[in-house]
Amino acid sequence: MAEWGTLTGKMPSQNISPNNGGYLDFEQKVAELDDQVKELRGLGSTKGIDYSAEIRRLQRERVAELKRIYSNLTAWQTVQVARHPDRPLLSDYLNLMVKGFRELRGDRCFGDDRSIVTGLGRIGREKVMVIGQNKGKTTKEKVDCNFGCPNPEGYRKALAKMKFAEKFGIPIVTFVDTPGAYPGIGAEERGQAQAIAVNLMEMSRIRVPIVSICIGEGGSGGALGISVGDRLAMLQFAYYSVISPEGCAAILWRDGSQAADAAQALKLTSTDLLKLGLIDAVIPEPVGGAHRNVHDVVHSVERYTVKTLADLKRTKMENLLENRYKKWRSLGTSVTIGARGKPRPTKARIKAVAKVASTKARPTPAKV
Amino acid sequence: MRCPACEHMLYKRTVEKNLTVCPECTHHFRIGAATRISYLVDDGSFQQILEDLTASDPLGFKFRGTTYKQRIKDDEKKSGSKEAMQIGKAFIKGRGVVLGVMEPNFLMGSMGYVVGEKLCAAVDKAIEESLPLVVVSCSGGARMHEGVVSLGQMAKTSAALAKFDEARGLFISVLTDPTTGGVTASFAMLGDITIAEPGALIGFAGPRTIAETIKVELPEGFQTAEFMLEHGFVDMIVHRKDLRSEIARLIDYCQK
Ligand SMILES: [Zn+2]
Repeated sequence: MAEWGTLTGKMPSQNISPNNGGYLDFEQKVAELDDQVKELRGLGSTKGIDYSAEIRRLQRERVAELKRIYSNLTAWQTVQVARHPDRPLLSDYLNLMVKGFRELRGDRCFGDDRSIVTGLGRIGREKVMVIGQNKGKTTKEKVDCNFGCPNPEGYRKALAKMKFAEKFGIPIVTFVDTPGAYPGIGAEERGQAQAIAVNLMEMSRIRVPIVSICIGEGGSGGALGISVGDRLAMLQFAYYSVISPEGCAAILWRDGSQAADAAQALKLTSTDLLKLGLIDAVIPEPVGGAHRNVHDVVHSVERYTVKTLADLKRTKMENLLENRYKKWRSLGTSVTIGARGKPRPTKARIKAVAKVASTKARPTPAKV
Repeated sequence: MRCPACEHMLYKRTVEKNLTVCPECTHHFRIGAATRISYLVDDGSFQQILEDLTASDPLGFKFRGTTYKQRIKDDEKKSGSKEAMQIGKAFIKGRGVVLGVMEPNFLMGSMGYVVGEKLCAAVDKAIEESLPLVVVSCSGGARMHEGVVSLGQMAKTSAALAKFDEARGLFISVLTDPTTGGVTASFAMLGDITIAEPGALIGFAGPRTIAETIKVELPEGFQTAEFMLEHGFVDMIVHRKDLRSEIARLIDYCQK
C-alpha cells in the first residue's frame, strides 16, 4: 500500500545530464552526423579540399534525422527534452520578449522566493504583469531558485502581484516551469497547500485576462498554482502532469525505474493534453526542440501571447470570467482518450444521473 | 484490536460505541463515509445526491498488469461505495446543510473527476438553497490514474468555492486523518472555518516524500492537526464526540 499523501508527490526531478554535448540518449545518430561534419570541416581547412557539398548533404540528413526523432518522441523522451539543461528558461523569455521588464519582489509577509519571478513589462505593445517560474542556469542561480521548486511565499507573491495587476487593469501572463512545489519542512510550516489553494480560488475570479504558457515542466499542483486562467498553452515538448513519472512509478509500479511506462500512462504530452482539454493550444518548437533554437521558440511564444491577449481583451469581463469557470469545470467531460479512444458525452450522463437522484430524494423530518 | 497510538488491546464493540475513538487515549480511528455520516447527521436525514456518478477512466490507465477500471471495481467491493465522496442534504442538530464526506476506502479517498464534480454539485446545491456547506475531507490527494483530469479538479473545486464565497455561503471544512496532497491544496484549505480532528495527518507533500527530499528526520508531531493549529492553518481541533454540536453552534453564529 502506498503511503498517504504521495499521490501528488512533489519530488524535484533530477537534472538529466546528457552524456556529451547536450545530446540525449536517443539522439546518437545526430551526434554522429555532427561529428562527421566537424571532421570534414577540419579536413577541409587543413588539406584545403572543398567538402561543402558533402557537408550540405550531411546537414540535410541531420535535419531529416532530427525531424524523424522528434516526430516520434515517446512520453518519457518528451520529459527528457522538457528537462534538457539547455532548454530556454524564464530568464530567456524575459530577456528576449519582455521589453522594459521591472521586477517587483517580495510577498510582503515572509520573504522573496526566487523560484517565482514577478514584474511589469511589455509584450508586443501590451503592458503585462509577468509571473514566471525560474530554474536558474548556473549552479548558484539554481540554488537561489531552489531548482524551480517554489515555497509558499512564491505563490503568495504571485497572488499579490496579480491583485496589483487587477487593480490597474493590466493583463497577466504566466510562465509555468517547475518540477513541483517544494516538499520541505518550512514549506509545510508556512502552508504550501493553503497558498496554492488560495491562488487557485483567487485566479478564477481575477478581473483581468490571464494567459499561461507551460514552457518546460508542468509539475503538478506547483504548476497549477499559477496556471488557472483564460488560456493555457504549452510548448510542443513541454509536459504537464499530476505527478512526476518517477513518483507515479514508485507508487503504482512500486519501482521508480519504471518512469517511462508511467510517463506513457499519465498522458502528459502536449498532444494528449490538447485532446483531454487541459490546454487550449500547442506552440510548435523548432526542429530538434526549443534548446536548439532559443530565438525561434521565444518568437513563437511572443506571437501566441500577443494574439491571445488581443483576443481576450475583446471579450467582456463577465463573459471572460464565465468562460474561465466553464473551462475548468468542464475538464474531463468531453473526451476519453483511453484504449478505445472514443469520445463519450459524459455531461449528458451526469444530467441524467442528477435527474434520477433528485426524484429519488424524499424529504426527511429534522431531528434536534 | 490494538490501538496504534497507545497499544491498548480494545474490544471492537467498545471502540465502535465510542464513535471509533480509543477510550484509553482518544486516538481517532479512520472511518468510512457511511459511518462518518451516521455519526454526524440527524438519524435518517441524509439524502444523497449524484449517488450513481462513477469514474470514467479518461486516460485508459493501465499499470503493472492491471487497470484503473479493475481497481475501481475492487474498491467498490471493498468500500461499498461507488466513489471517494458522498454528497447530499442533511440535518445536523436540526440545521439544514449540504454535506460532503470523503471515503478513504475508495482509492485512498483520492480526488478524480467524480469527486471534483460532486464537490461542485454540492456547492451549487448550497448556493441554490442558501444552505451552509460542510465537507469532511479524508484523502491521499489527487488521483493519478486520471492524470491531469484529476489535477484540474483542484482548480475546478477552488473556482466553485470562489462562487460560493461571492454568494456569501458558509463553508465549514473538516479535516480528518489523513488530508494531504491535491485535496489539501484545494477545497480542504478554503474553509471559512477549518476544523481538524485530533492527531490527523494534514499536509501538502507526504511525510515520506519530504524525508526523502531533504534527507533530514522530520520533527515529532510534524503535519499533525496540532501542528496545523500552531502554524495558523486551522481554527480549532474538535473531538469527534463534539463535532455535531460544534458545527451546529458555528452555523448559528453565521446565520443571517
Ligand atoms: Zn489508544
